[in-house]
Amino acid sequence: MIKKQKFPDYYTIWHKLGHYAIKYVAYLVLVFLIVPILVIIPLSFNVEPYFTFTEGMVKFDPAAYSLRWYESMYTDPNWHLALKNSLVIGIFATLIATILGTMAAVGLSSTHMPFKRLVMALLLSPMIVPLIIIAAGMFFFYAKFGLAGNYAGLIIAHAVLGIPFVIITVTATLTSFDRSLYYAGLSMGASPLKTFFDVVVPMIRPGVISGAMFAFVTSFDEVVVVLFLAGPGQRTIPRQMFSGLREQINPTILAVATVLIAIAVMFLVTLELLRRRSDRLRGLDEHA
Amino acid sequence: MSDIQTINRPQSKIILLTEQEAGFARKEVRRYRRTAFFMVAPLLLFLLFAFVAPIGTMLHRGFYSPVVANLIPTTLEHLTTWDGENIPDDATITQLAVDFKRLAADRTSGKFAEAINRNMPGASSTIKSTARKLRKVEDAELKQNGVALLLKANKKWADPQIWFAIRKAGQTYSDTHYLKALDLERNNQGELQIRKSAQIYIQLYTKTLKLALYITLTCLLLGYPLAYYLANAPAKSANLLMIFVLLPFWTSLLVRTTSWIALLQTNGVVNSFLMSIGITSEPLEMLYTEFSTIIAMTHILLPFMILPLYSVMKGIDPTYMKAAMSMGAKPIPAFIKIYLPNTLPGLSAGALLVFIISVGYYITPALVGGTDGQMISNIIAFHMQQSNNWGLAAALGTLLLVLILALYWLYDRFVGASNIKLG
Repeated sequence: MIKKQKFPDYYTIWHKLGHYAIKYVAYLVLVFLIVPILVIIPLSFNVEPYFTFTEGMVKFDPAAYSLRWYESMYTDPNWHLALKNSLVIGIFATLIATILGTMAAVGLSSTHMPFKRLVMALLLSPMIVPLIIIAAGMFFFYAKFGLAGNYAGLIIAHAVLGIPFVIITVTATLTSFDRSLYYAGLSMGASPLKTFFDVVVPMIRPGVISGAMFAFVTSFDEVVVVLFLAGPGQRTIPRQMFSGLREQINPTILAVATVLIAIAVMFLVTLELLRRRSDRLRGLDEHA
Repeated sequence: MSDIQTINRPQSKIILLTEQEAGFARKEVRRYRRTAFFMVAPLLLFLLFAFVAPIGTMLHRGFYSPVVANLIPTTLEHLTTWDGENIPDDATITQLAVDFKRLAADRTSGKFAEAINRNMPGASSTIKSTARKLRKVEDAELKQNGVALLLKANKKWADPQIWFAIRKAGQTYSDTHYLKALDLERNNQGELQIRKSAQIYIQLYTKTLKLALYITLTCLLLGYPLAYYLANAPAKSANLLMIFVLLPFWTSLLVRTTSWIALLQTNGVVNSFLMSIGITSEPLEMLYTEFSTIIAMTHILLPFMILPLYSVMKGIDPTYMKAAMSMGAKPIPAFIKIYLPNTLPGLSAGALLVFIISVGYYITPALVGGTDGQMISNIIAFHMQQSNNWGLAAALGTLLLVLILALYWLYDRFVGASNIKLG
């Protein structure tokens, strides 16, 4: 149902025009944000090896569409290896980042933490320092420890990149965490460790999970460090896309991109559900 | 136990702790500090090894260039006594001739030529041809006649210039790379001067900052109205429209870059569309330009601008504007005097973050920027991977790092590092 916009009496024509102008500019910006992502999806079904809409596609001719790029993605062993590499590196890097990051965030949320601000700035800096600098530094340093050209080096590197995200999300849940719940547990005779696992952990779990998701996506999407540290056996999905875009443009990349968009949608939905759960746990749910 | 005693004391205005209680309290605080610190310590150690040390190595690399020093150590030792006026003494020249044969045999003369060429463009061919000529000469002959042979091999050896270049490249620790990254050099007397050959790096930094500024301004121009609209829309539609902001945020960077290639290329979607509706008859060259770098990066970084703006605008009481306008303020002055100052925290957070990220960006300019749209990161990658001038790459990287840390310091001061918004 469309309601007619009600304006206060003091609104002049200019107020109203301004109101509509902002509205339409906002819609245009939304289009700018979403169209480049949506445009990939139909292009990935193109029967021709082009990155553009053919005449047949515009006329919705079924013969102009095909699944051949999905087939070539599915049958190409390079993409299989890339998927495996991305998953192995992503999962282990996420584990390291989540465990170390959560512990550190809990420590940092204590009012007694010495040099809090400085430590926080240091822990978040992997997010700010340009990737090319991180990658070049790691290239020089990791080789000395046999960490270049293998999984271990990439896992450590990606864990570094994921840590700021875990710190941010867990710290955010901890700031709204009511500390009296922790003291309540203690006062009723539970040990600090038991209180931590039975009271604190369930409360901060949504923050930990969303931090882990950010860390995983960061690793799954990272290509600069991979360019410098990975050997030919550790090519990840973004690395494979990067060389595809640089060397020979092949629409298989569009099929892969469509799959990655689907994954992004799944992550987005999961995060939204987590956010609602977290709000509900602290009684902030607007629908409750 | 001491807690309970304190609480049970008879009421009085000032409760003084006994010496013992104060001791307990101090001990307790120390224990809390220790616990907190030990929670953070593993991560600090990990980052020290995996993040801080690598960056430290890079800073060191900018000063440290062992290649030439390792290749011809004895010749360099001889050169320390050289006056720098004429060509060096016979012993030095003979030693270099002997070294040349060894380099040619070890197949390291190419590396030597490359290193000297960086200090003296054109020296590479001199060195390579000399190495070829001296390779087959007997050792005894070289020791006997080294001077004549070297000078015969190439007449450039009679010019002190190449000896300066060798001496300079032979320093294991030098500021050459850092000076080069600042478009400076030392003349033969060791005084600083502006580099005579190609001054490109200052210009490149300026261009990087200019592009980053354009990207930040475009993000601001597009992000501000959208954030305003979302913050003032009914909750239900705002939540729905927020997906449009968050989906790009979660979509792979390479996917977004791919789509800009598909959109902007010569036979791409935008050109086909423009030609089909008759705006242009020739396809426009949009990909591989500065324009494509700016537009693709604006798209990628826009959520970083919108999210902090949105969260600040959400907290602004709408009655402020209503009050101003109901009392007859015109919309634009009311906006500038009342609304805009209230959004400054979000505005500075978003703008600084977008600026910081775009200054150091690599992937998108590398893929869509062509030669016009290259930024400083791309040149660092070039020196790391193609020209193998790691020292210069490290020096350029260090300057970039200094720039970024200065901006990060500003960000931490005005916004607080822990206030980065992630949706």
